[in-house]
Amino acid sequence: MANMHAIFEKNSIVLLIGILVLVAIGGLVQIVPLYYLDSTIEDVEGVRPYSPLELVGRNVYVREGCYTCHSQMIRPFRDEMERYGHYSLAVESKYDHPFQWGSKRTGPDLARVGGKYSDEWHAEHLINPRSVVPTSIMPGYPFLATAELDPRLIKEHLKTNAMLGVPYTEEMIENAEQDLLNQASADNGDDVVARYPKAVARDFDGNPDKVTEMDALIAYLQVLGTMVDFSIYKDEADFR
Amino acid sequence: MADHKTDIDELSGTTTTGHEWDGLKELNTPLPKWWVYLFYATIVWGIGYCIAYPAWPTMTSYTKGVLGYSSRADGVAAYQAGQAMRAEAGQPLQQASLAEIKGDPSMLAFAEANGKAAFGDNCAPCHGTNGVGNPGYPNLQDDDWLWGGTLDDIHLTLQYGIRSDHDEGRIGDMAAFLRDELLEADQVAQVVDYVRSLSGLEPEGDADLAAGKLVFEENCVSCHGEDAKGMAETGAPNLTDQIWLFGSSHEDVTETVSNGRAGVMPAWVDRLDPITVKSLAVYVHNLGGGQ
Repeated sequence: MANMHAIFEKNSIVLLIGILVLVAIGGLVQIVPLYYLDSTIEDVEGVRPYSPLELVGRNVYVREGCYTCHSQMIRPFRDEMERYGHYSLAVESKYDHPFQWGSKRTGPDLARVGGKYSDEWHAEHLINPRSVVPTSIMPGYPFLATAELDPRLIKEHLKTNAMLGVPYTEEMIENAEQDLLNQASADNGDDVVARYPKAVARDFDGNPDKVTEMDALIAYLQVLGTMVDFSIYKDEADFR
Repeated sequence: MADHKTDIDELSGTTTTGHEWDGLKELNTPLPKWWVYLFYATIVWGIGYCIAYPAWPTMTSYTKGVLGYSSRADGVAAYQAGQAMRAEAGQPLQQASLAEIKGDPSMLAFAEANGKAAFGDNCAPCHGTNGVGNPGYPNLQDDDWLWGGTLDDIHLTLQYGIRSDHDEGRIGDMAAFLRDELLEADQVAQVVDYVRSLSGLEPEGDADLAAGKLVFEENCVSCHGEDAKGMAETGAPNLTDQIWLFGSSHEDVTETVSNGRAGVMPAWVDRLDPITVKSLAVYVHNLGGGQ
């Protein structure tokens, strides 16, 4: 018995298999229960799939690497709740593929940035952050304001998300192209708002002639953290 | 191979591992005692932790631990304790009018400190550090107020915002005179020259100020007033002073008249507690320009 380790030490394949078994046990114990335990994701009303325009804005967010400097995860600490608002719930990112929790904050957390600033502020800030925050070290993204959206791929994008479990209906997928463009105008947005409750349709980037990546990104930023109504949410139900 | 239990290195007197490479042997020096006991201690600690804190998943839930610890409950308790402390210190402000707060040194001190912290987090991104303003976002230190600069006016603006999504938010629209075809391009040029001349700015090239005055009287006085000094009821700015929220250049003013302006101030009544909103009103009023 005392010499059993010699078997592992003298046979590299046995050692390799031994390592795999050990790591697999550790991984399974940590990861598998998250899939079947009800307590992983809170049962809270209000979270809906992103509208096409918000989804495209989210893609811009990911593409530009916003997550490298901004987290979307308010931890349940007093300092974070004082500054950013209610701590993040798992349910709030259940339709995020992949989630944008982030691991580091160079800029502030954005989990509840929705509604905190005006669209004009966002547009100016994204074009040149120094114009509104003189000490900011964030790079400018002026090209977003001129990059027009191409609606051709949005249906496929919704379908892919549906495949991953996001409850996009046939109707949502069918109308994705119009919805994408219509949400960037206050006049044509009724259908979008009907399909995506609490969505807001307006010209986000201050340029009503074109639907740009700036429209999409601001629409996404303005919806962040606004889906759950925390005035009726009971913390105690989900203490863990 | 030699038995590692009995094969003793002559020089050090320590057992060897029994491995031998070309006559070289490896000493089997035991781990230091302090290290070994520390290692055992971590195992004991780990078992203790699993008993005390949430640790292991089960089929339907997870082990909660005998201490009943919850990071969320902990965070909420700390947050609420902080809120309670602030509420207690700010209690006098709850009932007091804004003027009373400003007149009472202890309430004023609280409002200043509380307002400064809330301002830095919520207001400074647009209005700048200490309220010095940014293009498009009013300076709060001067005595030029779009919607009125009394304590109550500032409080109302803070609560419900300007062109915000709150039902009680104040609304005043600068029309897009060119885009919405209310004026012709040459009329816009005339009125821009006229408006700039009101604050002593030189027109560019030849300007027909008389024609501009006519356009102004027909289109602008209802909000900006006959004397062009603005009206707090409509949020229309004074056009005769040197303060230009959206820029004073010919180009900037042309943009304003052509496409309108609609700066947004969010409503804070649902985001911040009443004491903090009151504190902010007093803090902003005290920045230098309060009326």
